[in-house]
Formats: sequence, structure tokens, C-alpha cells
Amino acid sequence: MWLFLGSECLLFGGLISTYMLYRGRVGTGPTPSQVFDIPFTSVSSFVLLMSSLTMVFAVSAAAKKDNRATSLWLTVTALLGATFVGGQVYEFAAFMSEGLGFTTSLFGSSFYVLTGFHGVHVTVGIIMLMAMVGILQRSEVPGEMSETIEMIGLYWHFVDVVWIIIFTLIYLIPA
Amino acid sequence: MASIERSAAQVAVPLVSAPVTPASTFGALRRPVSTTGWKSWVFTVDHKKIGIMYGATAMFFFIVGGIEALLIRLQLAAPNGKILNADIYNQMFTMHATTMVFLFVMPMAAAFANYFVPLQIGARDVAFPRLNAFGFWAFLSGGIFINLSWFLGGAADGGWFMYAPNSGPIFSPTHGVDFWSLGLQITGIASLTGAINLIVTVLNMRAPGMSLMRMPIFTWMTLVVQFLLLFAIPIITVALFLLMFQRSFGATFFDVSAGGDPLLWQHLFWLFGHPEVYVLILPSFGIVSEVLPVFSRKPLFGYPFVVFSGAAIGFVGWGVWAHHMFASGLGPISVAVFSITTMAIAIPTGVKIVNWTLTLWGGKLWFTTAMKFSIGLIVMFTIGGLSGVTHSVAPSDTQQTDTYYIVAHLHYVLFGGSVLGLFSGFYYWWPKVFGKMLSERLGSWNFWLMVIGLNLTFGPMHILGLQGQPRRMYIWTEARAGEGFFNFGFWNLVSSIGAFIIAFGVLLFLINVVQTTRKGVAAPLDPWDARSIEWMTTNPPKEHNFDVIPTVHHLDEFFHLKYAEDANGVLVKTSTAEEIMAAQEANADKHIHMPSPSYWPLVLALGLPITAYGVIFSIPIAVFGGVIILFGAFGWALEPSIAKDTDFDPPASNNGSSKEVVPVG
Repeated sequence: MWLFLGSECLLFGGLISTYMLYRGRVGTGPTPSQVFDIPFTSVSSFVLLMSSLTMVFAVSAAAKKDNRATSLWLTVTALLGATFVGGQVYEFAAFMSEGLGFTTSLFGSSFYVLTGFHGVHVTVGIIMLMAMVGILQRSEVPGEMSETIEMIGLYWHFVDVVWIIIFTLIYLIPA
Repeated sequence: MASIERSAAQVAVPLVSAPVTPASTFGALRRPVSTTGWKSWVFTVDHKKIGIMYGATAMFFFIVGGIEALLIRLQLAAPNGKILNADIYNQMFTMHATTMVFLFVMPMAAAFANYFVPLQIGARDVAFPRLNAFGFWAFLSGGIFINLSWFLGGAADGGWFMYAPNSGPIFSPTHGVDFWSLGLQITGIASLTGAINLIVTVLNMRAPGMSLMRMPIFTWMTLVVQFLLLFAIPIITVALFLLMFQRSFGATFFDVSAGGDPLLWQHLFWLFGHPEVYVLILPSFGIVSEVLPVFSRKPLFGYPFVVFSGAAIGFVGWGVWAHHMFASGLGPISVAVFSITTMAIAIPTGVKIVNWTLTLWGGKLWFTTAMKFSIGLIVMFTIGGLSGVTHSVAPSDTQQTDTYYIVAHLHYVLFGGSVLGLFSGFYYWWPKVFGKMLSERLGSWNFWLMVIGLNLTFGPMHILGLQGQPRRMYIWTEARAGEGFFNFGFWNLVSSIGAFIIAFGVLLFLINVVQTTRKGVAAPLDPWDARSIEWMTTNPPKEHNFDVIPTVHHLDEFFHLKYAEDANGVLVKTSTAEEIMAAQEANADKHIHMPSPSYWPLVLALGLPITAYGVIFSIPIAVFGGVIILFGAFGWALEPSIAKDTDFDPPASNNGSSKEVVPVG
């Protein structure tokens, strides 16, 4: 998982570089400051950050072989992640109604590609979390369970760290 | 999770084959259990079978790419060529390069890595066998997908580096570039998963006593290559996604009129592309580092230097990418910096050349075909490297760039380097993999024709390039040809003749393979008196590779098991390979658990081209492909890596002595 995450660093690095290059190219479309709602996105970011905390609880429960607690914390993590994704979807819909579409400008394209890729990664993470819950409920986990949860945890934390970087670079640092 | 060998109740009894009737094992989610026939290949997770499949497929694509090259050379053999029109010519050189780089050299190196890395480190398979199988099937489906474009509107035609704006919908209106970019995404997934697999394998599954500095050089070079792939593939993934969004969804990432920057593509592509060329050459360097010591009857000179120079090439290779962009307007400071780093990277390669030469020096040289190819690599790669050094000098590169001088350089290092190294590997390891010796007589002809052919084909290109023949021009005319010794006409003709000589050499190799398969001499266990432990196996190795996992005490462990110094410091042979094998068999492990075959890698791999096709033509198909991928992923995750006893027919008993249990796969 560490190796995979290493390669993912390069993936997001490329997407972030593209965004940083293109973020000022707004053409006739809206500028970042015109569409971004920093308070809203901050809350969303906080939710994702908390989901990393609950992930830690899940990993800890798995290490103690407490299946019930593991399932509980995995579900909470997934719910928080889903809240984040929901927030992203709402945000995208708002931006589109304000005139920032995928093809409106280079800023729009690179913004949606970067945050979209991130959102897809979160979604895949949620699927993994719920799949894990399903497996825990019904049958045995192939292999060492706490190891698997730990790996999912690594992935989840990575996705969160990437979001911190994205949030900082896109939203917080003015162009 | 890693398929870790652990003692369990199941005994592998290699010689007994119980009838496994398909009828009761094929429920919807029951796993395959065949040990023979096509099913044992299609559902295998055995690294050796996967390696052979990679090799056969790569060889097929070598021929495809070679035919594309011959067509190019036919077109350029004479002025005003009529063989290919401009449009087809563009497709031809694009696909020739794409095929050779992504569908031949990389998978052929993967074939060797898959087959030999576990054997060289004393393991029984890789860390993630199903992921390994998936990698092969993804590569195969990606390769087929890219080539479908020939039949579905025209192949990609923007050059293998696909510069914007040529790659956009205006200048490349057919779907060729879409097939190209999505197909490469698929093969990229194969490379990435393979990289993770092999790194974990090498770091975690070495035999006891095999420290990193006791690993064979081929394994070392493979390890460096996997790290390069791990970090380079995501970059081209980004570039290809941006291109796909531009072509299929209207984004304007590389469209100047909308404010886009074509240089973004170039930077992203070459950040991948330069480490990629080290991916292409390091496996061959690894093979040569195996072959030279064996046929010089001397250990490799300066083993730590060879290891660290390989790692250095891997590192420094990230800092030179813009030497592919010297003429793109970067500005003098960038150009100067990259010029210097490019000169610097010649140093570790030079270290290797010195070490190889000193390995040969004073050795008792045995000029087998494998040895000839390896020595050929040293000479030919050096020539290619010298022209490379001239490219590093930015002012002279400004003349050379986009001319045939670059084509000469890249083919000397790729053909004279990568390909000769791979062929050296074929002749060296064929007896181990297939149990027969390739004919040395045909091999010699193969070698000389290829080397003479390569020099006749690519040598004149230095002249043609400096005389101004540009790359990617489908035609040259008498008016432009010039006069005197350096005219285009004579040298283009020589180059084209050389290409056919190469083709003839390759044909002889194929004939060699066919003849050897039909009536070749059975190979002894250790025909070359080799040094590393992949030779401490049967021909071909048993499914579980080693009856006993060896404990390694030295670099070149196999050599040290066979030879010792007597009282006077003279080397004497203490055991033969046969004796060592017999001792292994006598002490064979009783409980060997091998990973079981599986459908899921294939299912997941088939979902990828379906999704890709859908992205180009029809979103519902893409969704359908996505569903297959999801289904495959879940099936895979929920399946234990080793079959439960009830998956067999008849179900295996758990008391460990059942003769009805067959080693699956």
C-alpha cells in the first residue's frame, strides 16, 4: 500500500501542477474568488479530517480483534466520507449554476479534474470501507484482518492528506 | 495479501494427477483447477507461465512493430516513395514506436523479470500472484485495444510522444489517438501493478541469507526499474487523462486559442518519458551483467559499483527530462541546467561499461551466442551513448533535434542496447525455461545478421540527420537529396537494405525457436556452468521452483556450491548441478502451499478495454465495463488466494496424504 500511495503522490502531483498552471486562466468565466465558498468547504474539510480520526479508531479496534467496534467505526468513517463527497457534489452543482462548467475555462477544467479525481478516490475508499464492513458481518476475512484494516486506513489517511494539500492550494492561497 | 507459503495440511504430490472433472468445479464462483490444457494457462497465477505468456505476446508485437518499420524503410528507400501516403506514414511511425516501446521491450523485460526474479531470490512465486496474472491480461488487452484502431478508423498518427496540438481533435480527427491514449492507460495499469508486485517480492521474499547485496544484478536492475515505473506511470496517466478529457469531453488543456499550453503536455510526457527510457535499458543491462561473468568464467567486476550505478541512473534519470525539449523555448537557464544533468547521467553508465569490460578482461572467454549478444550490447550501446552525449550539448542538439541523427541515437541504444540484451537473455536462459538448447549455429547467424543489419540501418542515419533529413517526413525528393558522398539517396537505400537484413536475422531466430522446439537437444541442468540460483532447478523448474528453499551464504551462491578453493587456492569443482539437485530432492519440503489459479484477474482485465471502448464510442458501454470491473474486484477480494479443499473435485481430504490432491495450476 505504501508503494501504491507513493505512485499516487505523483498522480496528484501532476494534477496539482496542472491546476497551479491554469488557475488564473479564467477566460470569460468566473474567477476562483467569485465561486469559492471558503466557510462551506472548510466545514467539509473538517468532516473529512474527522473521518481520519474515526479511521484510527477502527484500526485500533481491529488490532484488539473487536469486530463490532471495527464495523462501527468503519461505518462512521464511511458516513463522514460520504458527507464530504455529498458536500463536493453540492459545491460542484453550485459552481455550475454560477457559470463554472467543465469546459468554461482552463480554470474550470483543471479544478474539476483535480477535485474530481480526489472525489473518486474518496468514493473508492468508501466502497472499500463498506465492503470491509460487509465482510466482517458475514464471513471471515481472508488473511490477517487487522492488517487489511490498517492498509485501508493508510489509503484513507492518504486521501485526507491530499485533500489538505488541495484545500490549501486551491481555496486558501489566493491566486 | 501476499501468498505466503506456510505449512498446511495439503501435500503437493507432483507426480500424481487425479482426474479433476470440470463439471462439479464450475459453479458460478467456484475457482478453476485445471493443471493441463489451455485453462491451465488462461487462469494461471504461476509466475513462470505468466512470464512465458508475456514473452510470447511481446515477441508477436516485436514482429508487428518490425513490419511497421520495414514499411517505413520501404517508403524511404528511394525518392518520392509511393508505398505509403503521408497519413498512413504518420500512423506507421507512431505505431511502430508505440508498439516497440510499450508492447515489446517493456513486456519482454517483464517476461524475464516475472520468470527469473522469484527464481533468482529463492522464492516460490511473487508476492501477489493474481495481481501478476492481472498484469499480463491487462497488457494483452491494452495491446490489442491500441491496435484495434487500425481497423476502426485509423491508428494514432501524432508520433509516439503525441505532442499537442497535433494530438487534439482538429489535427487528429480519427479515433486513433483515443485508442492510443486509453490503450496506454490500460497497459500503464499493468506496469504499475507489476511494479508494486515485484518490489514487494524482492523486499520481502528473498531466501534466508540473501541480503540485498547478494542478489543477482538482473534482480537489482529489475528492482530499480520497478521504482522508476512506480513513479513515472502516474505522470503519463495524468497526461493521458488530460488528453482524453480534451478529445472526448471538450476540455481545452492543450488548446492555445483557449489559453492552454502545449508545453504542459511536453513536460508531463517527458517527465514520464525519460525515466521510461531507463526502464527500457536497465533490464538488458541486468541480463548482460548475468551473462558476461558466466561466459568469462569470472565474477562480475565491481558488483557494488554496478548496483549503485544502476540506482544512480534511476535517480539522476528524473532530472534530465527537458533535454527532449531543448528546442521548445525553455530559455537559456533551464537549457543549461538540463544540459549539465544530461552529461552527468553518462557517468554511471560509463561505470557499468568499465565494469563489464573489466569482467571480460583476463577471463577465459566462451563465445556462445548469448555472450556475443552481450558483447554486442557493450559496443553498440556505447556508440549510442556517444551520440547521446553529443545531444547533451544543447547548442549541437539544436541542430540534431528532430533529425535522423536522433533516430540514429535512439535506435543504437534501443536496438543495439535493449534488443541485443534481450536476445542475449533468450539464448542464455532458453535451456532453463524450455529444457532445450537453441542452436548455436543459427544463433551465430542471428547475431551477425542483426548486428550488421543494425549498423547498416542506423549508422547512415547519423549522416542523414546531420545533412538535414528531418524525422517524421514521409517522403524525400531528389531536389533535397544533395550531392556527393553525403547525399540522401545512397544512405537511405543502405539504411533500408540494413532493415531487411535485421528482419532476416529475426527470422532466423524464429526458425531457431521452431526447430529447437521440434527437435532440439535436451538441455542439461546447468549447460553454461552458471553462477546464480535460478539454475539450481530442474529444466523447466517445478511448479514450486525449489524443493528446498536454499539458504544463501554468498553472492553467486550456486557457483560457490559447485566450486571451492583447495589448499593451494586453486578452484576445484566440488559438486555438479545434478548432485546439488539430487540433494535438494532428497530433502524436499513436505508441505508446500502454492497459490491457486483464479478467474478474477482475467475478468477484471477484460473489463478495462470494454470501459475504454465505451469512453470512446458509447457511455452505456463504459458503464457496463465499469460494472464488470467492480464485479471482478469484489470477486477477487473475496476469494482466498489458496483454494479451499472443497474447491477440488473430488474434494481434497485434509489429512495430508490424499493422493487425489493435485497441485493446482
